[in-house]
Amino acid sequence: MSRTIHLTLKVWRQDEAKVKGRLETYDARDISTDASFLEMLDIVNEQLALEGKEPIAFDHDCREGICGMCGAVVNGRPHGPEKGTTLCQLHMRHFKDGDTVVIEPWRSRAFPVVRDLVVDRGALDKIIQAGGYISINTGSAPEANNLPVSPETAELAMDAAACIGCGACVAACPNAAAMLFVGAKVSHLALLPQGRPEAADRVRSMTLEMDRLGFGACSNHKECEAECPKEISISHIARLNREFFKSGFFSRK
Amino acid sequence: MTLNARVPDGPLAEKWDRHRFELKLVNPANKRRYDVIVVGTGLAGGSASASLAELGYNVKTFCIQDSPRRAHSIAAQGGINAAKDYTNEGDSIRRLFYDTVKGGDYRSREANVYRLAQVSAAIIDQCTAQGVPFAREYGGLLANRSFGGVQVQRTFYARGQTGQQLLLGAYGALSRQVKAGKVTLYPRREMLDLVMVDGRARGIVVRDLVTGRIERHAAHAVVLATGGYGNVFYLSTNAMSSNVSATYRAYRRGALFANPCFTQIHPTCIPVHGDYQSKLTLMSESLRNDGRIWVPKTSGDKRPPHEIPEEDRDYYLERRYPAFGNLVPRDVASRAAKRECDQGRGVGETGYAVYLDFADAIRRDGRESIERKYGNLFQMYERITAENPYETPMMIYPAVHYTMGGLWVDYNLMSTLPGLFVIGEANFSDHGANRLGASALMQGLADGYFILPQTIGGYLAEGGFSDVAIENPAFEQTESEAAARVQRLLDVGGRRTVDDFHRELGHILWEYCGMARTDEGLTKAQGLVQELRAAFWKDVTVPGSAPTFNQSLEKAGRVADFLEFAELMVLDALTRRESCGCHFNEAFQTQDNEPLRDDEHCCHVAAWEYAGQDREPTRTIEPLAFENVELKQRSYK
Repeated sequence: MSRTIHLTLKVWRQDEAKVKGRLETYDARDISTDASFLEMLDIVNEQLALEGKEPIAFDHDCREGICGMCGAVVNGRPHGPEKGTTLCQLHMRHFKDGDTVVIEPWRSRAFPVVRDLVVDRGALDKIIQAGGYISINTGSAPEANNLPVSPETAELAMDAAACIGCGACVAACPNAAAMLFVGAKVSHLALLPQGRPEAADRVRSMTLEMDRLGFGACSNHKECEAECPKEISISHIARLNREFFKSGFFSRK
Repeated sequence: MTLNARVPDGPLAEKWDRHRFELKLVNPANKRRYDVIVVGTGLAGGSASASLAELGYNVKTFCIQDSPRRAHSIAAQGGINAAKDYTNEGDSIRRLFYDTVKGGDYRSREANVYRLAQVSAAIIDQCTAQGVPFAREYGGLLANRSFGGVQVQRTFYARGQTGQQLLLGAYGALSRQVKAGKVTLYPRREMLDLVMVDGRARGIVVRDLVTGRIERHAAHAVVLATGGYGNVFYLSTNAMSSNVSATYRAYRRGALFANPCFTQIHPTCIPVHGDYQSKLTLMSESLRNDGRIWVPKTSGDKRPPHEIPEEDRDYYLERRYPAFGNLVPRDVASRAAKRECDQGRGVGETGYAVYLDFADAIRRDGRESIERKYGNLFQMYERITAENPYETPMMIYPAVHYTMGGLWVDYNLMSTLPGLFVIGEANFSDHGANRLGASALMQGLADGYFILPQTIGGYLAEGGFSDVAIENPAFEQTESEAAARVQRLLDVGGRRTVDDFHRELGHILWEYCGMARTDEGLTKAQGLVQELRAAFWKDVTVPGSAPTFNQSLEKAGRVADFLEFAELMVLDALTRRESCGCHFNEAFQTQDNEPLRDDEHCCHVAAWEYAGQDREPTRTIEPLAFENVELKQRSYK
């Protein structure tokens, strides 16, 4: 059954990348425990707008945990306290009346703040552009059933492909590494026979781009796996490393 | 205006082949001389951008999100149809064509639908080659499942995340072209207007959502892949930023808008639970493969579901539609749920929900099998409602989901404005008055990968383009109009928030232009929408300023367009003197409460032409000729 709770929010406010930010305090009153975390922010924002103040900027879109647009660090944890849950799918029943909630943006050199809780994650797109795909032009595909893939392999590839590109892994990592993101994409494509011809070049290009963009390296803290809203396993980082070592022998580059 | 659909002559099965032969070609070496703008990066826009760039065109691609991987196609759950007949059930191009025309209640264009069915199989080949991890059978070949309105298994799927996987495939192809230098990406841009030069679409004006700067972009052709307008209802299964502005602005520039009243209400969504609610969440139609829908037989039966014995339950879809049972098309299932609830048999706190029960399927196939098929959906349901659907039935209710209406396009997917092409949900073309499940992904990708890249070539090859740069007076004029509109929103300085107006608009439309419509209700809605629009321009408050990242301002612009568009929707509903598919006017129904079409007078597309602010738009019809299917009362009994 739904109840209502009162919360104190401490929210990171920052006008743009180049100016200093600060934590501001807001009251969130009469919040239904059935509301989502973002709906709670909507309520606070409507109140701010009525007071003539600028609402808190935050990224969000599908609000069903799949687009990867939303995300903030809530009480020190990317996407908040619930395991395997994006911020939009986190519901207020997981908070207690009277709680203080600290809300901050993703923190990483590779993700500059755009405004308040909004960051620029364009670096993740750049890593994909470096080679996170199978090179096939429209129209040149063979009949789909010509290449059988065992259901186990397809399932494993799907586990990796479930990544939503939200960047929580980077925010969680003490080194701000993007290895889980890159590992998931490399794994997804390297596991499938369609992805093998380019596997060596792909892993090299993506890894080099990741380094160039200022992401850190993995030192096995496993924070990424713990915070990933899609619960992507760090075994994909192990596969990324294996693929990278192998690529030294096979890459044309 | 007379509408020329430019459907090629000849037998249905040969039209597309003949048309491709007759279209002029742009020489491969000349393609680099043409620039194409694509707005939107869902399945249609992403696949079109990649395919056009592969052909050699220079593509500029725009999206509202921070990355082209996030458009709302990503949230499609259940699957994508294709006439592969891997299951040996007698499926064929003709059957997929027939099912789609029938499912759409005979209000779509035969030739377009047939072409869609023809290219469907190639989509599966394309996506598989890109590495989309479709579900597989034990032998390693692709698996299929059933979807509503169909008696063969032709739906391909990747768990409950098919849209995500297909979009990541298209996004990969697009990213490859970005690296190749053939696509320039413009993320966090919102299209504010279309630029017409000498009667042709030659560019767009956009707002950079980070800096607030207004930019001009010129090209030889403009492709809108900006999705549907379901958010006009405030609550829908659409993403928060989904909007009508791009297509509505094109309409104001002269593109005709077709069938705006055709809005699909999806039967299986998580019910509304509070005023603060910002969106509704879909539970995939695929659940109806194994879930059984029921309500208590007696109204007011408040017992918890497990205490209601079999004999006191009414599996009303199985009872009323024995042949299709729980897999009737969406419009039929939605209206049936509304009827049960309106008559007092609904369940849950509000009484506006029905049960979707998996107990029999779990007993039959085991929990593990159900978990494999629907695990992520069950998890999502539990996260939102705090109830475990493995143990207690889900509660569902219909919600606005998809819009069949859209900008009118001819067989080439070109609007009434030369050079303006419209693909995916943004056009009206293939689904008639009701879309079948797993057909949106098919249409978006058919348009983007296989149809538009060919037809746009025909347009460009015709030539006759003058040199148009962004210094052209038309750009100057359009930009200053767009900037003035932005400023006007900021200047109102009233006391009500944008969301407050949007919510009220949603209530009006859901009440009077939703699942069941009456002339009286629609007429009332017209007045209410007009009053609300007037109130908006007097009393809205939009905090912040224009040259900054300002999400309130973004929303205000979209809601301002929704407020104008809503009136068009209601007008279209009023003027269609029949019921068909999703459009159910209570004055036109059969004895069994099914929609009653009027094929003699209403077998047409209604397309609306803008006539100026506060003037009634002009209605033009495109008659629909059915030469290959017989028009029948749809029956799913």
